Order: sequence, then structure tokens, then C-alpha cells
Amino acid sequence: MSTPDTPFGGAFQAPWQAQLFGLTVALSDAGVFSWPLWTEALGAKIAEGFDYWDAWLMALEAMLAERGLALPDEVTALAHRWEDAAHATPHGQPIRLENASQLG
Amino acid sequence: MPHDHHDNHLDPMDARVRALETILTTKGLIDPAAVDAIVETYAERVGPQNGAAVVARAWTDPEFADWLTRDATAAVASMGFTGRQGEHMRAVFNTPGLHHVIVCTLCSCYPWSLLGLPPVWYKSPPYRSRVVIEPRAVLAEFGLVLPEETQIRVWDSTAELRYLVVPMRPEGTEGWSAEALAELVTRESMIGTGIARAPEGVA
Repeated sequence: MSTPDTPFGGAFQAPWQAQLFGLTVALSDAGVFSWPLWTEALGAKIAEGFDYWDAWLMALEAMLAERGLALPDEVTALAHRWEDAAHATPHGQPIRLENASQLG
Repeated sequence: MPHDHHDNHLDPMDARVRALETILTTKGLIDPAAVDAIVETYAERVGPQNGAAVVARAWTDPEFADWLTRDATAAVASMGFTGRQGEHMRAVFNTPGLHHVIVCTLCSCYPWSLLGLPPVWYKSPPYRSRVVIEPRAVLAEFGLVLPEETQIRVWDSTAELRYLVVPMRPEGTEGWSAEALAELVTRESMIGTGIARAPEGVA
């Protein structure tokens, strides 16, 4: 149970998890939702049996969809453009959305 | 196209997080620089050294220890440690007869301002569920075997109320400065899955 800590301060296993965490705290700071409301939503997803960070992302997407701030289809379409941009970016360079093909 | 180049492949989760950030930034709901600052703060700057300073001060300053017992939120705020989300803090003190452990059974509530972000195991389903049911066995898995007569109390953290365990001061540290004592205070000792380190040369 006492698995050794990973990089990213032991709290994150990948940079996207850190980014997701920062995004959520920033939204709470901005008053989009209170932290107690957030932990309730996160706890509910965790209770469904999802992995911690998967649960976190699902909970946040649901909170944003409920408020009409980011709808699932919109997120999916834009996520595909990000994947596309990553493919079009040479290794070692920052991935920019502008690099995605305009077809996406 | 030749395939000897190195395609960047984005993890689908990574892509979704980037998509969210793009949408929210476009709508003016977040500032990417603020997001980066939050990550940097909690992943790199805020850590268990804050809690260790609080514990060491409680060990050396009885008035502070008393304040920490009565109003931990104010006592730790006086040292510059305040919760970002207005949460309250409570300090629970270990004694020879009573050992405290913290958990968040719901998700991962944790005293960020004092300990940084929780370690992976703190968020894991086995820890969250089992430490409540069989704390003694779970502590043993962390290498902490407590005397039979020591009671164990488990505190369930919430978004509004988060706990800090004040471990017992190690033997053989009489006359030590707070700075020196802080070096003995581990993260695990402030969660309750460990105890403070013994000074070198003391069994």
C-alpha cells in the first residue's frame, strides 16, 4: 500500500493530472463552484469505481456541462483537434492548437 | 510519409484536459497563467515542511500548542498557512495511549496548506476504505506497529474541516531547537501512518 511516490510531487502521475487539478482549483477560485460542491461531485464519481484522475475528469466535465460552460460534444471535438495538433508537431516542440489541420 | 520521425501522441485524457482549458480560457473563466501558478504552488512549493514547522513549534512552545489545540485554523494562519478554500483546520495530538490517523473516505480532502497535495496511496480505495475498518492492520502495512493498549482514532476529513496529526516528540531531543526538530517530522507522521523520526544515535 505504501507505494513509492512518483515525480510531480508525489501527487500526480502525469502532467495532465496536474493541469486538471490546477484548472479545477482556478474554477473554484473564480466562483464557478464551491469546493465542498466539488468534493461531493468527485466523491460520487470515485464511489462509482473509477480511477482517481479519471473520476476527477468526469466529475469536472459533468459540472461544466451542467452549467452550460463546456458541452461534451464541444470538448470531444476540440480534444480531437489537440490530438491532431500533437501528431503534426515535431517531437521536442510545444504542441499548439494552430498546428492541427483545419479539417478537424 | 516516412515513419522514422517521432510523432507526438497525446493521451486522450491529456487531450480532453487541454480542450477544457482552451474552452474555459476562451470564455474568460480562467487564466492559463493562474492555472500554472496553482500547479506550481501545490506541486512544488507547498509541502510537508509547513506542517513540520507547526508541529515543531507546538513541541517547543506550550502556549502555541494550547492555541493549536483550541483553534488550529487561527494558530496555523499566524504562521502564514491558510487554506485556499476557507476550510477549517483541527490538530489532533498523539499521546502514548491514543494515536490519530487521518483519511478522506469520500475522495481526497487533505490539509493542503500544511502538507501539500496528498500522496497517491492516500487517494487509493484500499486506504480510504480499510483504514476505517481495520486501522491497526493498515498501520502495520506502513511499518507502524502500535502497542496493543494504544487506542487508534480515525478522523474523516471533509472539504470544510481538515485534520493535522501532531505526532509525539521523539525521546532524546531535549533542548533541540524548533528548526532541528522539524527535520524529524515526516509527512506520514502528520497523517498518522507513521511517527516522528528518532534522532540519530537514539534507538
